[in-house]
Amino acid sequence: MSTPIDYLLHLADNAVVLGQRNAEWCGHGPILEEDMALANVSLDLIGQARLLYQRAAELMGGDATEDKLAYFRGPHEFRNYTLLELPHHGALVGYAAADRDYATTIVRNFLYSALMVHVWDGLQQSADPALAAIAAKSLKETSYHLHHSRDWLVRMGDGTEESHARAQAAVNHLMPYTEEFWTTSPAEGAAVAAKVAIDVWALRPAWDALVNDALAEATLTRPNFHGYITEGKIGLHSEHLSYLLGEMQGLARAHPGATW
Amino acid sequence: MSSVVDKVWATLEPLTDPEIPVVTLRELGILRDVRETPTGLEVVITPTYSGCPAMGQIEDDVRASLEQAGIEARVITQLAPAWTTDWMSDEAKEKLRAYGIAPPHRTCGSGAGAGEVSVLKFVRRQPTEPVACPQCGSTHTVVTSEFGSTACKALYKCLDCQEPFDYFKPY
Ligand SMILES: [Zn+2]
Repeated sequence: MSTPIDYLLHLADNAVVLGQRNAEWCGHGPILEEDMALANVSLDLIGQARLLYQRAAELMGGDATEDKLAYFRGPHEFRNYTLLELPHHGALVGYAAADRDYATTIVRNFLYSALMVHVWDGLQQSADPALAAIAAKSLKETSYHLHHSRDWLVRMGDGTEESHARAQAAVNHLMPYTEEFWTTSPAEGAAVAAKVAIDVWALRPAWDALVNDALAEATLTRPNFHGYITEGKIGLHSEHLSYLLGEMQGLARAHPGATW
Repeated sequence: MSSVVDKVWATLEPLTDPEIPVVTLRELGILRDVRETPTGLEVVITPTYSGCPAMGQIEDDVRASLEQAGIEARVITQLAPAWTTDWMSDEAKEKLRAYGIAPPHRTCGSGAGAGEVSVLKFVRRQPTEPVACPQCGSTHTVVTSEFGSTACKALYKCLDCQEPFDYFKPY
């Protein structure tokens, strides 16, 4: 059995990119409690990414390390879902300045954690014991992320006119990006064949049920999908990822090997 | 148990969690095992949350204590089985409460059983048991935030004595 390294990188990149995005709220949260909550969610995600990068580096051998994987790969080498690199606001070009929108943050965290609880749950049975161990830990953390984001989704959707409108706009903006969950990349295909991964397609009914249930409770509508399916997980990203990585990787690249 | 293994346990016994200095690493279930192997002594620790920033400090503390006691041992970080608050001893829970942190309830697993298809498998709507205020003991409490001062704690408020407090979440 060999564990497809690209699949581990896909999981790790998802976690690190969303962890970096959510960390942008640190010191800027809409309320103190949420500032702390998002920082803690980011810590969990970055912790999951570290464990996955460590496992990937171990399998790669040579001089691979978790830091090299996180800080010294370019945007085209990242394998995260496009959904996770988008800024905390509606559609704009990469260099445009806009206010962060908390509804966008919450909806994205909800859509992603609703998927990942099922993915981690299934990966506990992975043929790779190291990945199974990471999945067992990550499942516990992701359950809290799901609970947190679902709770706020319902509060916003079933809240004021303004919060409802913003939550609905975020759902309309982000939902099409979730189509990427259900296509099979070569890395995912190889991992499923090696029994390292589970077939994500099989999780779709459970994800749909979770999402539809929450949207209904939040009095929000699920938009019909039509159009382009993003391909971040095979390295074809939006312009936003380069800006995100520029900030995340800048320090490590300017001062290689720095410690403090 | 050999005397050298006993000595390691005794050496590490005073080590506490950097963020909750009233409970020891052993009581929290972070210090998992001390064992003799053909290639030397091994001390096994397990991380709490994946990204817990205290883990680096904990590993350093373990190494420093061993070194100070002149014990040569490898420190191994082991992920499986995943750490759970169920490993916390009753004394540790009582110490947490006395320190002002409501101790965790027992976990009920991750919801539905393996393979069971349930819409709300991962959605916990209400904690199954009320969380008692560590100050006055009242169970008339509400959650203010799912994440408190650290990822492992939620923020609660007591509606009787009005004190805010941390609840160590079941994990
Ligand atoms: Zn009270």
